[in-house]
Amino acid sequence: MITLSHYIVLGAILFCIAVAGLFINRKNVIVLLMSIELMLLAVNTNFVAFSRFLGDVSGQVFVFFILTVAAAEAAIGLAILVLLFRNRSTINISDIDSMKG
Amino acid sequence: MGLSTSLLLTIALAPLVGCLLAGFLGKFIGRAGSHTVTILGVAISCALAFYVLYQLTLGGAPVYNQNLYTWFQIGHFNASVGFMVDRLTAMMLVVVSFVSLLVHLYTIGYMSDDPGYKRFFAYISLFTFSMFMLVMSNNFMQLFFGWEAVGLVSYLLIGFWYKKPTAIFANLKAFLVNRVGDFGFLLGIAGVLYFLGTMDYNTAFAAAPSLVGKTLQITANTHWDAATVICICLFIGAMGKSAQVPLHVWLPDSMEGPTPISALIHAATMVTAGIFMVARMSPLFELSQTALSFIMVIGATTALFTGMIGIVQNDIKRVIAYSTLSQLGYMTVALGVSAYTGAVYHLMTHAFFKALLFLGAGSVIIAMHHEQDMRYMGGLRKYMPITWITMWIGSLALCGVPFFSGFYSKDAIIEAVGQSHRWGAGYAYFCVMAGAMVTGLYTFRQMYLTFHGKERFTVVEHHGHAHLDDHHDHHEQGVLEHAPHESPWVVTLPLMLLAIPSLFVGFFTVGPMLFGNWFGNAIHIDEANNVLAEVGKEFHGALDMALHGFSPFGPFGLVLLAFAIQTYIYLFNPAMAGKIKSALKPLWTVLDNKYWVDNVYFAVFARGGVKMGQGFWKVADAGLIDGVMVNGSVSVVHRIAATVRRLQSGYLYHYAFAMILGLIVLLGGYLLIGTGVAGQ
Repeated sequence: MITLSHYIVLGAILFCIAVAGLFINRKNVIVLLMSIELMLLAVNTNFVAFSRFLGDVSGQVFVFFILTVAAAEAAIGLAILVLLFRNRSTINISDIDSMKG
Repeated sequence: MGLSTSLLLTIALAPLVGCLLAGFLGKFIGRAGSHTVTILGVAISCALAFYVLYQLTLGGAPVYNQNLYTWFQIGHFNASVGFMVDRLTAMMLVVVSFVSLLVHLYTIGYMSDDPGYKRFFAYISLFTFSMFMLVMSNNFMQLFFGWEAVGLVSYLLIGFWYKKPTAIFANLKAFLVNRVGDFGFLLGIAGVLYFLGTMDYNTAFAAAPSLVGKTLQITANTHWDAATVICICLFIGAMGKSAQVPLHVWLPDSMEGPTPISALIHAATMVTAGIFMVARMSPLFELSQTALSFIMVIGATTALFTGMIGIVQNDIKRVIAYSTLSQLGYMTVALGVSAYTGAVYHLMTHAFFKALLFLGAGSVIIAMHHEQDMRYMGGLRKYMPITWITMWIGSLALCGVPFFSGFYSKDAIIEAVGQSHRWGAGYAYFCVMAGAMVTGLYTFRQMYLTFHGKERFTVVEHHGHAHLDDHHDHHEQGVLEHAPHESPWVVTLPLMLLAIPSLFVGFFTVGPMLFGNWFGNAIHIDEANNVLAEVGKEFHGALDMALHGFSPFGPFGLVLLAFAIQTYIYLFNPAMAGKIKSALKPLWTVLDNKYWVDNVYFAVFARGGVKMGQGFWKVADAGLIDGVMVNGSVSVVHRIAATVRRLQSGYLYHYAFAMILGLIVLLGGYLLIGTGVAGQ
């Protein structure tokens, strides 16, 4: 029997993988974007699980919104990434430190 | 017939109108227009002043005292503009307007080739107006206004040649020294307002006896007599304006200004404002024996010691300037022994003969092409006989030779001081007696050096370009381009007109004015202090007084002695002067350095002021305000930022980590506290 806590644990694991991806990854901006997407998916999983558990469909509606926003965000993120590469000829995160004080 | 308001207003405002026309419209009315309007204004005032004097003396007009205009009002205190015209005022009006008129006339000749001609006329007319406001005032506020206004014009005129550094130095010095005096004066006026509650002369003088016994607590356990404090404060104002020791230093330097104003402002009228003020406030001063003693000692010191400096001066104008200081000292001594009438009387005679001497010196200066050093003069009497004779008249009047006007006033003062029993009178008597001899010494020396003896200048004829050279000061000293000659009539006429009162005014007025209670209620003297009345008991007419004056044991004997000494030295044995100088080297050094008063002031106040300013600038401004407050806060921000910026690595994952960490802390905290709350 798969209970609510299974889903929540799954979401937590996904989220932790995503956070780890953010921290540990020092090479690639694309991996960073993927990690963010993964984070959103973890949230979506929680939404769907709670929607089903509480019998309230609005959680699932919300997921559609988040998916749409995530798609738009990914498009913009990739566009920025392309520009970044064009300007700096690199997508190596260690090289992108112009905010250094 | 009484005096009408419009008459008095015309007296005061005619010179102001002249001043405004010449000052603001000078471009349109030109040089001739400027001197015409100003002379006309002063001439009207002068004629009306004589009329006022006539009305008050013979016409039986009552004293005029009215407020004309409310200047401003604060609570119950009214500052009004008003006139009080009694015989004291009338005498001042006549003296001021008469001398001013002659100086206006004289200026036409003296300043004829000066580019500031119109400005000069505007200034002296403004001065005349201010002086009228001062003497005609019926309250302390307007007196102060006139007092400051004459000070301002004096400042402007000393620095008239504003491109000359010494003139700028002198006018700044005059202004600063006068500020010291005016500060005291203002405190005195404040004291009057505080204790008597009014600024009006009549009300204040009527309430003055209530000052007796009142005290003023200045420091914790000292009680000062209110009348003494007020009187000394007021007198400090007079010390500044009338150049009494130790505030006398500005007057000799004021000779940097053009000669006509030295005659008008720094000899005849403005510097006597202090004397006039004390005489006007005699009801207050009579209340304090201490203040009067103070006045007497200051005056006596001034009379003797500044006169002595005059003996060693070589600049013809400076000799007369020190003589003025000394004579002002005489007037102040007279005030100090309660002989206010004597002081004011000496003020009048002195105004005539000292203006004469200054204008005569100006005439000499014109003839010598703006050379003022007497060492390069000599033998001028054959070139300029009118100047020579009139200056001798002025000099004899100054020395107090019987029958000359100066004799009557000065002898009365010396006698009055001799009669006084006030604290310090012995010292004062010694000073005024010795001062009589000192007067003779510097006056005769000056006359002999200037007009007698050998000519100590050479005349080098430069045909052709002599007139092109306007800059007189580039001349080699003692070399003239043409022989000196008598000055034009606009210069000699005032000399002659001033010689007449210098000769006769004393003889004809001494009886009524000095001993006949002519001033009436304008001057108040307590019976116990009335030394002049004591002197008056022996008075049997002007002729008798003059004949008694010839006594060789009085001041005249000392003048005679001075005359003999200087005649021998400068006419018969000129080499003696140098020998005496080297024999009395220490004394000469002291006098030549003016007792080092200037040096002390310069070292202490001027340099001290600069040091203090530098201290404030470096410590307070540059150090505290700029350094600590402005730059300090900047550098704090800078340092904090320099440390904190190291946190900004620029790597995205660091920021993300910080965000997550923050989130965990927030949520963790919320969980901890939230469960705590929920658990209750």
